Amino acid sequence: MPAAAGGRASSAPIMGHDNEPTIFELSARGRTAASFRTTGVPEWDAEELVPSPHLRDEPAAIAEISERDLVAHFTRLTHRQYSVDLGAYPLGSCTMKYNPKLCDDAASLPGLTDVHPAAPAALTQGWMELLAELEQALCSITGMHAATLQPPAGAAGELTGLLLMRAWHAEHGGQRHKVVIPDSAHGTNPASVTLGGYETVTVPSDDRGLVDVAALRERLDDDVAGIMLTNPNTLGLFEEDIAEIAGAVHEVGGLLYYDGANLNAILGVTRPGDMGFDIVHMNLHKTFAVPHGGGGPGAGPVAVSERLAPYLPGPRPVLGDDGVYRWEQPAQSIGRVHSWHGNALALARAYSYILANGGDGLRRVAEAAVLNANWLRTRLRGIYDLPYDRPAMHEFVASTSALKKAKGLRALDVAKRLLEEGFHAPTVYFPLIVDEALMIEPTETESPQTLEALGDALERIAAGDAEDARHAPRTTPVGRVDEARAARQLIPTWDARE
Amino acid sequence: MGHYVPHTDAEIAQMLSSLGLSSLDELFETVPEALRLAGGLDLAPGLSEPDTLAAMERLADRNRRAGRDLVCFAGGGAYDHEVPATVRRVAFRSEFVTAYTPYQPEVAQGVLQALFEYQTLLCRLTGMEVANASLYDGASACVEAVNLAVAATGRQTVFLSNGVNPQWREVLHTYAAGTGHQYVACDLAGGLTRWPDAGEPAALLVQYPNYLGCLEDLAAARQLADRTGALLLVAFDPVAAGLLHSPGHFGADVVVGEGQPFGTPLSFGGPYLGMFTCRREHVRRLPGRLVGETVDADGRRAYVTTLRTREQDIRREKASSNVCTNQTLIAVAFAVQLAWLGTSGLRDLALRCARGTRYARDALLTIDGVEPLADAPIFREFAVTSPVPGDVLVERMADDGFLAGIPLGSEYGDRGLLVSVTERRTRDEIDAFVAAFEKVIR
Repeated sequence: MPAAAGGRASSAPIMGHDNEPTIFELSARGRTAASFRTTGVPEWDAEELVPSPHLRDEPAAIAEISERDLVAHFTRLTHRQYSVDLGAYPLGSCTMKYNPKLCDDAASLPGLTDVHPAAPAALTQGWMELLAELEQALCSITGMHAATLQPPAGAAGELTGLLLMRAWHAEHGGQRHKVVIPDSAHGTNPASVTLGGYETVTVPSDDRGLVDVAALRERLDDDVAGIMLTNPNTLGLFEEDIAEIAGAVHEVGGLLYYDGANLNAILGVTRPGDMGFDIVHMNLHKTFAVPHGGGGPGAGPVAVSERLAPYLPGPRPVLGDDGVYRWEQPAQSIGRVHSWHGNALALARAYSYILANGGDGLRRVAEAAVLNANWLRTRLRGIYDLPYDRPAMHEFVASTSALKKAKGLRALDVAKRLLEEGFHAPTVYFPLIVDEALMIEPTETESPQTLEALGDALERIAAGDAEDARHAPRTTPVGRVDEARAARQLIPTWDARE
Repeated sequence: MGHYVPHTDAEIAQMLSSLGLSSLDELFETVPEALRLAGGLDLAPGLSEPDTLAAMERLADRNRRAGRDLVCFAGGGAYDHEVPATVRRVAFRSEFVTAYTPYQPEVAQGVLQALFEYQTLLCRLTGMEVANASLYDGASACVEAVNLAVAATGRQTVFLSNGVNPQWREVLHTYAAGTGHQYVACDLAGGLTRWPDAGEPAALLVQYPNYLGCLEDLAAARQLADRTGALLLVAFDPVAAGLLHSPGHFGADVVVGEGQPFGTPLSFGGPYLGMFTCRREHVRRLPGRLVGETVDADGRRAYVTTLRTREQDIRREKASSNVCTNQTLIAVAFAVQLAWLGTSGLRDLALRCARGTRYARDALLTIDGVEPLADAPIFREFAVTSPVPGDVLVERMADDGFLAGIPLGSEYGDRGLLVSVTERRTRDEIDAFVAAFEKVIR
């Protein structure tokens, strides 16, 4: 395939090996960049405005820095940071696809950014229409009936879903105590289960890498509130028995929760609602291209089937017969889960992404994501272990188990070596059920040329010297970081250094 | 369609053939036939970039903007502050915007160091020793503060001031359905919290300044916390750090809050920033991510997320919190804006807010029929009552080009309006606001 690899970052400028000073080291007493509007408001002294028990003697000490130095500092920090805009980011289950610039512009429109969230509905009809239309689009995509856009992240969506489960059971036969999750589940699942007031029951995967249905049946009884599943699961495999699983869970009166972390694989192909799920969360910062911001913000809307709609968080924007949107609280709402209406600008980004792609484009996303993952999986066959070497969806899990035995090459070392090769590392040591796991999700936005370069790099690393790999990375702003020391001698702020 | 999928038809054919497949549909052979979506998604066909932007602009034009259309006097946890060009240009550079969580610290020093600086700045504002790398918003920060206090004390009940933002309290109650935490609602008298005399609470949760803008007596709250063996949790306005003592000065154990005032436009309520700080003794119960300083293999200074065994991906059902994705980018914007202000700029900002607020309040109170809702001292926000209910005032004053404030719920008495004045408001704007207010109640 002629053409160079657009997603390889090895030629990126890197700022060398010097420390970047902190803003506190760059600080010189008396400097400021601040500039305020001329207001003409009377200039009372602080003592006239604030009673003495509350008035501080000295202002809180901030860095004191010129605008020029401030800009230079943060610009240099960006040169010490890998990003999707720099190169491929094949982190499994994170769906680090390219974030279209169009969506940045859409979410920066002043008519969206300069709106107070408490302004009356009559003044915010555009926002309410956007949110209502997004709810509807997400319901179409997932096959659900109604949605809340309030949860600001996937984990918040999970907890919202579990609270919906509680509210449902409280009115339908009384409270239950257990929630089933597979052993391959994301860590947020069990953590959310605890906060939802439930006890986690783990169901093992079978040798196909899928939920062991017989083992699941043994765990199901009338104390099971529901099950949380990711489909495709974290091994990148479609849970083929989902209809049987749904039947079994519903038979004991439980509900099915869909963790939408891997929704990218099935856009326009199949829908959680059609699989029998009752509650679905989506990670708009994965599937719908909201950029991840170095850790956030994201958005984790939750969509539900008709019977759960009355319990959704509120208020929700509802279109009246008069063509006017109003805020309405669902009849048996569990209440608010966000200070306002959710991460609104992230929601606007996702909406613009859905508009740009359309139904046809979203299907194309899933096809290319699955094509890329399977191409790379077969490229790595015979080089790395593929513990579940079956047709995968958007991601697959490889392992260095044999390479470790043969020459001591660990998943961690492969990850660090890959950084030297100009790619971000895959997710490592997850899912927990695979030894020395490398969880690889190329996403649909990487070209075949980038995949070839990534495959070549992974092959070189496997063939390379394992001892040498332990010293990687050496071409990055810092070398391998001493994580143990960070925990042992905790320095959480600049002021804690002495 | 599929603007962002780079593959040519020839490349797709070649890749399929190398997999032994003849069509894209065959990629989905593991999805049972009965579950496959026939006929595609019920969504409109994809739009070009200019058509998408036009559709978004049509929606944006249906909102009335603070600034161009409405002079904003509404606060209540969302404030109309200036966001300087430096913040927009620097914090939103694409390396910050399109990075993932810093799981590979060797290529994430940019985000990690920015967060380390954010944590330091936040601790300086609140007077605490440890800050996490952000939570979702003011409400989620309050939820996590309560979770920490319950875990630290083994008690389930929290004294919750009615001066805490009502929407945050609603979120606390929503999450209590899962955790079983109990809240004792503590009324305001004259604008300040009236605490129970005794009890065995896990914590007291109070906002400083509170929702009505009043300066709570944190020293008294600390004494009650000491008497009852509770933690003192304070929701703090970061702008107040320019003029007011920090909650740490009064002995708070955990200080949280809404970080929107620094670097984030009104944004219809999100993404905002959940600030979370605490005393070092609670660091092992800290929710979310924490960045620490360390060294690399050659002894050079480096940063990394640390004390990771608290977190959900390792501790699973025993984690201190379920938080994974947070609001890092908003925390970076917060740090850039605060550094841009500097020490003197922070004080100047707080002073300007307080001056405008004093000027507006004094002027409104000269109007016949307008009364203060509370007598306690204020900082940058205040509540008044008038013969016209707050929601009607807001609706009518919009016609004159003002977002007049936030109507207060019945728990704060009838007909209340919460008014906030930031450094952006000029004397002329405030004078015109007061005149419009007077016109409505006449």
